[in-house]
Amino acid sequence: MYPPPFERGGSIPTIAMQISVNGKHHDVQPGDSVATLLELLGLEPRGLAVERNLELVPRAEHPATRLADGDRIEVVTLVGGG
Amino acid sequence: MPIDTATDDTLTIGNHALRSRLIVGTGKYASYELMGQSLDLSGTDCITVAVRRERLIDAQGNNLLDHVDTSRYTLLPNTAGCFSADDAVRVARLGREILLGLENPGADWVKLEVLADKKTLLPDPVATIEATERLVADGFAVLCYSTDDPIIARRLKEAGATSVMPAGSPIGSGQGILNQNNIRICLEYLKDGDPDYPVIVDAGVGTASDVAIAMELGVDGVLLNTGIAHARDPLGLADAMRHAVHAGRLAYLAGRIPKRLYATASSPEEGVITGSPHR
Repeated sequence: MYPPPFERGGSIPTIAMQISVNGKHHDVQPGDSVATLLELLGLEPRGLAVERNLELVPRAEHPATRLADGDRIEVVTLVGGG
Repeated sequence: MPIDTATDDTLTIGNHALRSRLIVGTGKYASYELMGQSLDLSGTDCITVAVRRERLIDAQGNNLLDHVDTSRYTLLPNTAGCFSADDAVRVARLGREILLGLENPGADWVKLEVLADKKTLLPDPVATIEATERLVADGFAVLCYSTDDPIIARRLKEAGATSVMPAGSPIGSGQGILNQNNIRICLEYLKDGDPDYPVIVDAGVGTASDVAIAMELGVDGVLLNTGIAHARDPLGLADAMRHAVHAGRLAYLAGRIPKRLYATASSPEEGVITGSPHR
């Protein structure tokens, strides 16, 4: 589930971090924030809520919340229910 | 008086004053269009919604929020599908975050469901009480889905629930109000010294008479979903439910006659010109 170690002697590549988003693996770059992730996913923040490692990330904190390797992200919305 | 005439008979739950005593779910309709029309015909101004993962891949741009006028309806987010207090608290917070973003007044409340069993969808009473305490501490007005057990109902109120919502019968079962006596005792306990405490029958009502019976018992409102959504004609049943909740409320306020074992004649017994039987 983690990226392979880079080859010795080679140039150091940009290290992709692996996170899970709604149970599926996604690659992100160091420095990417929750706001960046929503952009990458093509999602409008309106009508969504984001949880990182079981903790809610309030909308106002999306830009400043940096993702870390192994993060478990949930992106949820409203659906019909009783 | 036309049924839609505004009266001051509002349903007050926490900070919310609802014109209709019917709260309607948004699940299980054949289409969003049918859902929207059904909600309209039901007369409700408060609808329940669920919190689920955004579909990241097969999203067809078809979102509930594109079909619900969030300036017309107060949304009541639920914690359906949660089987632990931890999950219910997580989902409640996510629902609040979404509603805050929508600037919907429902951001301050939650319909708490902590289920115990997939077959019955009965609530886990212990976990429901724990989740209630935690959500109340976190600032939520908590509307608790419960069984019709009066003791659990009282414990939920003591835990800080804004409303206790006993089930008439299992969710989606359409069996109606199975134990009217328990609902009566719930009402007696919950409203003791606190007559305005809102009690809602949530779940199990299948048709108009079920809603009317619940309202005639003296509950403050009824929450339903499947009875409308899965009716052969959801629009017709939504209309029927609107009338039923109104009829039941009026009957409760007017005070029904007690039930008697034997007949009492409606016409005078004096002045009859015919002979009487000996018995």
